[in-house]
Amino acid sequence: MAAVAVASALAVGLTACGGGASSSSSSGAATYNAASGGKVVNASDTKGGTLRMANSGDWDSLDPADMYYGYEWNFARLTGRSLLMFASAPGQAGTKLVPDLATSLGQSSDDGKTWTYKLRSGVKFEDGSTVTSKDLKYAVERSLDKTVFPDGPTYFNDFLDLQGYTTPYSDPSPDKLGLKAIETPDDSTIVFHLKTAYSGFDYFAALPSTMPVQQAKDTGADYKKHVVSTGPYKFSENNLSKNFTLVRNDQWDPKTDPNRKPLPDQITVQLNVNADDIDSRLMAGDLDVDIAGTGVQAAAQGKILANPQQKANADNPVSDRLWYTNINGDVAPLDNIHCRNAIEYAADKTSYQAAYGGPTGGDIATHLLPPVTQGSENFDPFPSPNNAGDDAKAKQELQACGQPNGFSTNISYRAERPKEKNTAEALQQSLAKVGIKLTIKPFPQSDYFKLYAGKPDYAKNNGLGMMISGWQGDWTDGFGFLKQIVDSRVIHASGGNTNLTVKDPEVDALIDKASNTADNDARNKAWVDVDKKVMSDAYILPGIFAKALLYRPTNLTNVFVNDAYGMYDYLALGVKK
Amino acid sequence: MTAPMDVPGDAVQAEPEAVLAGMGKAIEGRSLRQIAWLRLKRDKVAMVGGIVVVLLVVAAAAAFVLDRVFGVIPTTTFNQSLIDPELQIPKGFFGGLSAEHPLGVEPVNGRDLLARIFAGSWVSLLIAFLSTVVSVVIGTVMGVVAGFFGGWVDTLISRLMDVFLAFPLLLFSLALAGVVPDNAFGLSGDALRIALLIFIIGFFNWSYIGRIIRGQTLSLREREFVDAARSLGARAPHILFRELLPNLAAPILVYSTLLIPTNVLFESALSFLGVGVRPPTPTWGGMLSDATQYYQIDPEFMLVPGLAIFITVLAFNLFGDGLRDALDPRAR
Repeated sequence: MAAVAVASALAVGLTACGGGASSSSSSGAATYNAASGGKVVNASDTKGGTLRMANSGDWDSLDPADMYYGYEWNFARLTGRSLLMFASAPGQAGTKLVPDLATSLGQSSDDGKTWTYKLRSGVKFEDGSTVTSKDLKYAVERSLDKTVFPDGPTYFNDFLDLQGYTTPYSDPSPDKLGLKAIETPDDSTIVFHLKTAYSGFDYFAALPSTMPVQQAKDTGADYKKHVVSTGPYKFSENNLSKNFTLVRNDQWDPKTDPNRKPLPDQITVQLNVNADDIDSRLMAGDLDVDIAGTGVQAAAQGKILANPQQKANADNPVSDRLWYTNINGDVAPLDNIHCRNAIEYAADKTSYQAAYGGPTGGDIATHLLPPVTQGSENFDPFPSPNNAGDDAKAKQELQACGQPNGFSTNISYRAERPKEKNTAEALQQSLAKVGIKLTIKPFPQSDYFKLYAGKPDYAKNNGLGMMISGWQGDWTDGFGFLKQIVDSRVIHASGGNTNLTVKDPEVDALIDKASNTADNDARNKAWVDVDKKVMSDAYILPGIFAKALLYRPTNLTNVFVNDAYGMYDYLALGVKK
Repeated sequence: MTAPMDVPGDAVQAEPEAVLAGMGKAIEGRSLRQIAWLRLKRDKVAMVGGIVVVLLVVAAAAAFVLDRVFGVIPTTTFNQSLIDPELQIPKGFFGGLSAEHPLGVEPVNGRDLLARIFAGSWVSLLIAFLSTVVSVVIGTVMGVVAGFFGGWVDTLISRLMDVFLAFPLLLFSLALAGVVPDNAFGLSGDALRIALLIFIIGFFNWSYIGRIIRGQTLSLREREFVDAARSLGARAPHILFRELLPNLAAPILVYSTLLIPTNVLFESALSFLGVGVRPPTPTWGGMLSDATQYYQIDPEFMLVPGLAIFITVLAFNLFGDGLRDALDPRAR
């Protein structure tokens, strides 16, 4: 479940408003947070140079059908063009969808069950052949095959009217385009038919799986070895799990693409580099970008914050990630809402925040929707002085629950994550004040959702009353953030769940209402109602709205944080030569 | 090595210094044990190691009683007022050293390091001692049986030792510790984890000592005193336990002492990798693991558990070396 840790926003963007940044934003000198909150550092439109990036891990896959990390979607825009994309713009402006391959946002008909897009003409693959709607349909078809591409999102599987279609690889029709749910009446028109109406379909149209793939060049799981580019860069070298290099794609025509202003001539990416080593090299100027975009390690954080000069080269943006703890209503006595309320009141959020690195690691959360989510409202159903817990209220709730002296339960976390271990110990401390005794149970990260916390009968039989987790929205609206973690209909008995404990038919009904609201503002409001309802059920103890400490070497130009990803916008970056 | 116990005269001859030391006073016969003790006492390095070992054991026993029986050691008390809210490391000099917290406090939550090191000592030493006992018992039995009976028994046990020597122990323990449930064999929680670690470390380390004992037994069984016992009609169990085993006491003792520090390190390694005792129970390896994130900005946090492990291992090794020299009549 890569998604749980990471899934995030989409990927194609470009420096909005021509001229990089100068016209739209103030271009500041290098100071702390100078590249976040809608500002740009070292605005520039100077081309050339090599942008050096490194990753402490590796891609799920370079195949656009098979990626789910936010940084992958951010990066994919360099080599691929999807139907729509998030604007490559600083701050909140980056969360706006703009047409990329399409000429405009989607036209819906049939009460939101049919979505039609017209394609731009003159867009070419790196081999010079023209992109047609059939290449796009084929790309979406292949992304449906979760045995070949297990890592990507499943929105098209869930929403398209598939009529049993599973994969183009066993498609009997000669052109492999047998899927009825997508029509291509001509080479520049594509029509999607949904099972149920969904007013936010444009967000699906911005997924990397809508980046066109030529059927003749598709090698299935091996396609990641050479992804055929439609964007301003193409792969010149690709050593899987080691490194790859992008160079300019001469078939990319800026006239067909108002969204991208590619600056560097070349982009190099090293994979599986030690995380602390990446930080040292960033600070020494030997590297330009830590591509994971989740911030520096604890050691580098201490060094950067303690040194005003280094601090001036850092940003601390809020992302749409929430660290939280599920409260399991399947485990007695937490089936009683008052016992759950007692946990909500007793938890000391300041120690939760400390576990994630203090104020630099995130802001204290009192509800679910992160502040960067469209329409998010701030409210606190379980207020306590200084967020340090309200023991008196908690004891009242324990009385009401019939457990005046407290109770015992277990708390689980992912063993490989020291911050989650700190969280478990912090909650153990703060809940002990009101007599709630927690036993700490670590589980291996790789099976945490498949076999343990995400498997309802395991969690129930083993008395996992609290389960530490985290979530980043697939994009910055209520659907992208909440759907996978509070809708009870996404819970499967077989495990692998991302919604661990929220089971309330009223929440499900509110989700449906929100999904089918066509008006933007009304829809955002409806998602806030979902947030409020889940909080009043006390199935989730919100912890921290995550912030990452990003370091920007002085060598980088045109640096800004795109709120859609909560990290630097990789499409806009340039380097001083 | 020889089997000195049946020929005390040899041992005295082999130790001219001891004889010289006795000059001037009335010369008296000394048992082997007395001689060994005399030599050990003269080995200053070994004695320092021995004293440290005794202190560690006393401290660990006291920690067990105070922590587990009375629960008075503040191992889990958070002191967040001592932590810099921005950097998340302790305020003050070198990891927050102060009269109240003489070894400083942990980053993030400010738990007292002295309390955690102290409380962690019993876990580390208990696991190291008991797993050594397991290894030594299995190793001795297997070694004596293999060496004494020879033939196909020896072949079988020797190949078994080879298998255990070739076993990817660390990988196996990671896997095993990962799959054992929370309640098993009538144990749960920390008790189960500790029992599991003792089993893993003890059960997979017996082949080293087993080989040494087998070699000793092979040479001993050809000796005259064994022939004598056999010709007098002694049966195998009598020869094994009354004739051979006492003569194996010295190597067993020495290798146990040297196995303990190895096991301290192994336990630390397992805790470091996260399969040891579960938080918030402190262990030295676990603390070292926590410290790796902070060593560049709070080196003191890594130094404290690192030194604890270092001192323990060094003390046991020095003492074990000294003991070997003292018990080996040919060593000098």
